[in-house]
Amino acid sequence: MAAAPPILQLRNIVKSFGSLNAVDGVSLDIEEGELFTIVGPSGSGKTTLIRLLVGMDKPTAGDILLRGKRINDVPANKRPTCMVFQSLALFPHMSVGENVEYSAKCKGIGKKERRQRAAECLKLSHLPQSYYDKAVTQCSGGERQRVALARALAFNPEILFFDEPLSAIDYRLRKTLEKELKDIQRETGKTFVYITHSLEEAMVMSDRIGVMREGKLSQVGSPATIYTQPENRFVTEFMGEVNSLPVRLADDGKLHCETLDASFEPPAGMPPGFSRGVLIVRPENVAISDDAAPAGSENLIRGELFNEYLLGSRIQYQVRSGAMVFLIEELRADAVARLPGAEVTLSWQPGDSMVFPE
Amino acid sequence: MTEAAIETLTQEPERPRRKILPWKLSEGFVAALPIIILLFIGFIGPMALVLIYSFMPRGSFSIPESPSLENYVDIVEQDFYISFGWSLFLAFISVVILLIACYPLAVALRRVKGRRAHLLTLLIVAPLFVAENIRLQGWVLFFDKGGFLDGALKVVTGLETGSLVNNVPAIVFGICYIYLPFMLFPILLGLGNVPREAREAAYDLGGSRWRVFRDIELPLAMPGILIGSLLCFVISLGAFNEAKFLGKGVIVTVAQDIESAFTFGQNWPRGSALSVLMIVLAGSAVWLAMRRVNLDRMLGKR
Repeated sequence: MAAAPPILQLRNIVKSFGSLNAVDGVSLDIEEGELFTIVGPSGSGKTTLIRLLVGMDKPTAGDILLRGKRINDVPANKRPTCMVFQSLALFPHMSVGENVEYSAKCKGIGKKERRQRAAECLKLSHLPQSYYDKAVTQCSGGERQRVALARALAFNPEILFFDEPLSAIDYRLRKTLEKELKDIQRETGKTFVYITHSLEEAMVMSDRIGVMREGKLSQVGSPATIYTQPENRFVTEFMGEVNSLPVRLADDGKLHCETLDASFEPPAGMPPGFSRGVLIVRPENVAISDDAAPAGSENLIRGELFNEYLLGSRIQYQVRSGAMVFLIEELRADAVARLPGAEVTLSWQPGDSMVFPE
Repeated sequence: MTEAAIETLTQEPERPRRKILPWKLSEGFVAALPIIILLFIGFIGPMALVLIYSFMPRGSFSIPESPSLENYVDIVEQDFYISFGWSLFLAFISVVILLIACYPLAVALRRVKGRRAHLLTLLIVAPLFVAENIRLQGWVLFFDKGGFLDGALKVVTGLETGSLVNNVPAIVFGICYIYLPFMLFPILLGLGNVPREAREAAYDLGGSRWRVFRDIELPLAMPGILIGSLLCFVISLGAFNEAKFLGKGVIVTVAQDIESAFTFGQNWPRGSALSVLMIVLAGSAVWLAMRRVNLDRMLGKR
């Protein structure tokens, strides 16, 4: 795959509404056959970006290249791409079959061939053939999801875009559909570009993830890279709950936290020229112990346990130390029974912490 | 708190169960009762009277006479088909013109957002606050010979329009002008049933603008379009003032025939028979259209 040129290239895309740049200089290459997810909080400009990519709106500046050809001015109905809308945008006055066949009808494909293609797409998206004549309005939420997917697949797009189509679906069904979507992507070998605000969803499905913030891409990389080597504080905090300590580089080479009046061993590979910023430690990297000074541990903090939550296979503790509250997670199987109010010692390996300048 | 106190607190307060009526009625029926009574007195009653009168002998002013079909025979034998024809023609042509005028206007209005939309709606509704015949007389003063248009044009350019009233186009203009809101607002409502994203999705799937209009927008907006057309058709079928003021007798509509039968003609049974025929005509138009519309769907119920 390395030698193949990217299917879609974005060159410094800007989209402004008045003085606001909803998309603010995004450059990105999307490879053929990958499932790329753009993830970001609401208002980060991801829907605006995808509307530019499908041709629903035109960028204020920058170029969109599809297989090396500039497509900025090609309208949506002339582009070989297709989108599954957040609202699904099914045609309520048509049957499931008519919805799925709509693109073929626009292309002027004959009835028999249309029907056959629709049958294939219904199968691909796990809908029974009997649904062909069913009214869209009679379908359940999950079924409508599948109809929207079948309709987009029937278009046979070069790139299939998804604008948070699963956001209104309940958790269990969402998990099933996420995996099915990934399977369909593998099976068809198509390029999927997916938008979501849920990093969890992005992690499950994606080959690569682009984290978006305030109209810019904060970081692009594989799910593993994004998780283990976040490039900035935003990405780190967007990944989930973390412990952030305001710190300053002291003369002795240690990181001093004034709030706690404690010093911590810095991780290797400190950003050059770092003087003050945040030290971030993930809850699962913090060890909790009843001993006052557990052996072989650095970065010790004493605190009082005041809350615990069961998160399925893991337990999350909240520990108060001075003016700060720490989050700690450990496997439920490894957990020792503790009572709220217990004095505990927290510690972490310097290598598990991250430092970002302010 | 003692246990007894808790018990009194948690107990449901006893509801007064006084019955308004000795038999059980649904709340909906009770709420609809005033309008039902009103409709019986003001609509069904007179309708029944008109129906009965239409079968009474010519010129009778009392009901218990032996029924006959002579009024209907008279209507068929005399030239009443001409006024029926004019009424149907006026209603039909007005609906066509209103459709062409209101659809683009409704599409444009839907794109306007916020305060400007309110202002525009207000401007469209505002004429309804002035009596219909006053507005029509205003147009007569505007279009007539020596009226505003004619006079102003003569002063400024020396050209004359002469009288632009007393003809059929003027009547059609009057009908379209008066009933524009009755077409516009149902269409607006109908367009509200067309999700923007459905149109975008059709466009994204390769549909041309025309296809999107024909396959998505028009069918989804159809209930509103049909309701508007029906409303305008039925009320312009009874057009009376427009023909009277702007037409000044150039043609006679059924509504005018009915009026003269009840007044100058002093022939109530004939007026009643004409009315019955009109109601049948309008009723069948409604029935034909309603077979195609699902009002529940239009009002958002599924």
